[in-house]
Amino acid sequence: MIPYQTLFEGAYGLLTGFAMTLRHLFRRPITEPYPEFKRKLPERTRATIILTRDPDGDERCVACYLCSGVCPVNCISMQSAERSDGRRYAAWFRINFARCIYCGFCEEACPTLAIQLTPHFETCQRDSLKLLYEKEDLLVHHGGKNSDYNFYRHAGVAMVGDKGSHIGEEQPVDIRTLMP
Amino acid sequence: MSSVITQWITGFVLLIIKLGIVLLALLLGAAYLVLAERKLLARMQIRIGPNRAGPFGLLQPIADLIKMMTKEDVIPRGADRVIFRYAPAVAASTAMLIFAVVPFGDSLTLWGNRIPLVITDLNVGLLAVLGLSSLGVYGVALGGWASNSKYSLLGAIRGVSQMISYELSLGLSLVPVVMMAGSFSLVDIVTAQTSTPFIFVQPVSFAIFFVSAMAEIKRIPFDLPEAENELIAGYHTEYSGLRFGLFFLGEYVTLVTLGALTAVFFLGGWHGPFFPGIIWLLIKIAVVAFGMIWVRGTLPRFRSDQLMDMGWKFLTPLALANIVVTGAALLMLTAK
Repeated sequence: MIPYQTLFEGAYGLLTGFAMTLRHLFRRPITEPYPEFKRKLPERTRATIILTRDPDGDERCVACYLCSGVCPVNCISMQSAERSDGRRYAAWFRINFARCIYCGFCEEACPTLAIQLTPHFETCQRDSLKLLYEKEDLLVHHGGKNSDYNFYRHAGVAMVGDKGSHIGEEQPVDIRTLMP
Repeated sequence: MSSVITQWITGFVLLIIKLGIVLLALLLGAAYLVLAERKLLARMQIRIGPNRAGPFGLLQPIADLIKMMTKEDVIPRGADRVIFRYAPAVAASTAMLIFAVVPFGDSLTLWGNRIPLVITDLNVGLLAVLGLSSLGVYGVALGGWASNSKYSLLGAIRGVSQMISYELSLGLSLVPVVMMAGSFSLVDIVTAQTSTPFIFVQPVSFAIFFVSAMAEIKRIPFDLPEAENELIAGYHTEYSGLRFGLFFLGEYVTLVTLGALTAVFFLGGWHGPFFPGIIWLLIKIAVVAFGMIWVRGTLPRFRSDQLMDMGWKFLTPLALANIVVTGAALLMLTAK
């Protein structure tokens, strides 16, 4: 009355389990050891934030407060100021990377493509106060992901030429020529 | 008169030296067994184990020791302070004391003196072993009770019930070994295995002993008292720093101890060709430890009712039946 079927099935189940573990013991581990081997991240990976410049070399950021307004954790703060030629810029610009969640909303909200997220993520610090980045830490000297867009050629105060000189803008109408 | 005193002093000094060597080897062995387990388990799960502290992670136990020593010593409010302090010591020391009766090899002869390679050759060595493992239950019970916490209490209750159930089958599985060796002394048991290790003659007994031993140390698949995903850490939840280190060390020292006992009772002790006895004993302990790590990497955890079922309704009757069969076989073989 010994249940041979159950005993055999039970033993077979146990033994296949043990055999699998033993087989795995001799397999090469699939771990990628991190500092020695760094995987290449995709280009649109959202990590550290930079402030870019336009193709003419001027900084893109106009301190419009759109990025700090959309930021879900309120980690961006800035103060706008106006230069003598009418162009806005940020007097100071601060991002608290201890709060930043790297969501990319600020990049989507920016009208001048100034603020961008890059795949650089190794920015660890032991002191969280060192994670407050000011404008001079964030500003870079290239155009980031879009290196041929200059906001002031499409909109904003007319920097180059007169009114009506933006790309895609219609010429200003002299209303005196509209008279019947 | 003076020769008696010099003999006594020589014996005492030798004893202290043997104690020191065994204790050191045991502690180092248990510490590096932790590392070996982590690396073996990792390889079974196709990942690398610890490899940052020192080459191949060999300084990892030292790093863990330094970490545990520098942690804050927390005693929970409402805990029974005296018992809370003593419980880890009970758990660790009963495990180490079992090594006092394990033989490491044949006698050495130095300068005409015959030095037996066992700390003390008790003629009731096996009973001492079983008694000490019973005392080890106190470590669990006191630790869980003194912590004044729900998880600890539940872990302690499960641990105590599990350990006393499996001690029954542990002891009963060793009765055929005693019957065949004719003595309770571990040295005599090893001597009786000079020709064949007992595992070939008593496979059922070996299986019951191995399973009961794993339940005694509370290893997976029997680790419900310290189940990490159910009871946080069971009876040692509230322990931190070096106290937890003592519990942890106690568990791995018990592993080494039960490996040594398996080797002594079933695998032929220190017997083996070519190498000296102590090397064979270490090899056998390593094999048993590897077996336990292999089981840990493969099996899921028992539920407490399945565990108690297996202990009382399966292993104990099987051990009793084994005793009857062994007795009958011995009678038939010796009654000419």
